[in-house]
Amino acid sequence: MNRASTSRLRAAARQVAPRLLAAGHGLATAALSLTVNTTLFALMATAVALVPVLGIGVVLVPLAAEAVRWRADLERRLARWYGVDIPSPYRPVPAAAPLGSWQRFRHVAADPATWRDFAWLLPGAIVSGLLGIVAISLTVYGLEGTLFVPVLLYHVLDWYGYGVTWPLDNLTEALLTAPQGVFLLVLGLVVAPALVRTTFRFSRLLLAPTASALLQQRVERLTTTREATVDAQAAELRRIERDLHDGTQARLVSLGINIGLAEELLHRNPQKAQQLLVEAREASGQALGELREVVRGIHPPVLAERGLEGAVVALALTLPIPVRAEVALAGKVEAPVESAAYFAIAEALANVVKHSRATSAAIDVMHHAGLLTMRVTDDGVGGADPTGGSGLRGIERRLAAFDGRMMLSSPVGGPTIVTMELPCVLSSPRTSPSSGTA
Amino acid sequence: MRVVIAEDLALLRDGLTRLLTAFDLEVVDAVDNGPALLPALLKHKPDVAIADVRLPPTFTDEGLQAAIAARAQIPGLPILVLSQHVEQMYARELLSDRSGGVGYLLKDRVAHVGQFVDAVRQVAGGGTVMDPDVIAQLLARRGSDQPLAALTPREREVLGLMAEGRSNAAIASRIVVTEKAVSKHINSVFAKLGLPPSDDDNRRVMAVLAYLRA
Repeated sequence: MNRASTSRLRAAARQVAPRLLAAGHGLATAALSLTVNTTLFALMATAVALVPVLGIGVVLVPLAAEAVRWRADLERRLARWYGVDIPSPYRPVPAAAPLGSWQRFRHVAADPATWRDFAWLLPGAIVSGLLGIVAISLTVYGLEGTLFVPVLLYHVLDWYGYGVTWPLDNLTEALLTAPQGVFLLVLGLVVAPALVRTTFRFSRLLLAPTASALLQQRVERLTTTREATVDAQAAELRRIERDLHDGTQARLVSLGINIGLAEELLHRNPQKAQQLLVEAREASGQALGELREVVRGIHPPVLAERGLEGAVVALALTLPIPVRAEVALAGKVEAPVESAAYFAIAEALANVVKHSRATSAAIDVMHHAGLLTMRVTDDGVGGADPTGGSGLRGIERRLAAFDGRMMLSSPVGGPTIVTMELPCVLSSPRTSPSSGTA
Repeated sequence: MRVVIAEDLALLRDGLTRLLTAFDLEVVDAVDNGPALLPALLKHKPDVAIADVRLPPTFTDEGLQAAIAARAQIPGLPILVLSQHVEQMYARELLSDRSGGVGYLLKDRVAHVGQFVDAVRQVAGGGTVMDPDVIAQLLARRGSDQPLAALTPREREVLGLMAEGRSNAAIASRIVVTEKAVSKHINSVFAKLGLPPSDDDNRRVMAVLAYLRA
């Protein structure tokens, strides 16, 4: 066989294999739904019916709901294979509500998702069963015809029918089953993925969160992030207060003392006075240095002077490894977001320097469709753990305050890519993207 | 020597004026905002200008921009830029016209009155004076920075001191070698950076530039 026909065959296999698989998935989901869904429906219905009976249902309903949620989550995972995204709608379980408690029963019963799951069980089983069986039957039946099985059976059995011919009367009719089989097989392969996808789309109707559930999830998230933001801000102010109190203020006091002493000694001991003045000048330099650090921590001056673009390029220049900085922004980012973006990038770069053993890094900042995206890439050893480092969690907290998020890709052996997103709008268009290599 | 000052805080403006006057430098004009700087420089044609990076009306890098603009109009106009913080990025921008007569210092350095006045005189004479903080950041860099990879540690140290605006004699006393040894190091630096023979001042500027580019 020559190479061209081999590759054509491969291409055909690539076309057919996933469709055959889809027919198989149709059968599998049909079987799963028809058995498990019906069982779970019976279980849940029984549990609900037992609520008035000595409160047995109070214990049973949450258990049954757990089982139903397991099945619904399985459906959500399977749906993702077919590109159907079904987000999870459940309210978070309160900490003080163990299985078997009255609080847990109240929580489960009050969550509309419980009853939407319940409502899905039987219709879901019917739709999945019907469509799945259609998908697998068309394919298998078509395959039978294509492989001349009816011709064989026509010979072996006295009576056999296929496709549009019932029964087969002569050899011509028997042989004509083959093209019918090919037609049905092709039809089956064409519609199988669509049928399976339709099953999951139907499931989404009841398994996805309602608009009000989505809203509630958002409120919960905002409440959590706001609390974290308030805490972080208070901690930040305490840190600044401590830095000023222990550093700058103390130095200014000693500065005053030295100058006062020098004043006293100016005539009696000019040499000693001069030495005190030298010390005073040094103390003023140290105070300024500390103050500069404090200011940098509050709002880096270069950010105020040059905006995010300039500040990122300047930041790249200060690192001990070469960092390429590429900032393409068509306008100015509003000040609070700009500051969060800057500190997030600075934190990510500090992590690179501290942990990655990288020899070079890159920063890319762009704005697209209402999203400021910042990517920090390094060529280091990888294996960064998003839950381990306080640095990465710090970044998440900073971003969360503005409804932003962080994604980490860090396979062992590298490269590590930290992608950070902040929703925001740009104002007052400016020209000339700035970039630089350090 | 005639000086123009641009500084918006009256306290610092008066302090600088008093300090310079005490060292027999004549402050011919002292402006308090960015837009006024260029006309003052064009009018007085001073021997050196001293400008704060952050000036009204925008309170961004108005002073730095005015300084760069002034040098575009009056090539080689010596300018010493002062700031509460130093950025390598700004140092590069100031040096990018490659003509020397540039200084960039933290405001803290003004307290070392003698050294500060020396720096002003060096800049006025066409020298380059970079803040030790800029140099320290560069020295902290690891890895093979391109043009500087060929330099020995001693040569890098000498180059760093050159960038701070120190004379050969000052470098010699700082690293405790003879002046002759210093000029040998400097010639080696020039050769390794591929700087063609020209007048020594210009080569010093080019070497510092190569250093800051790394």
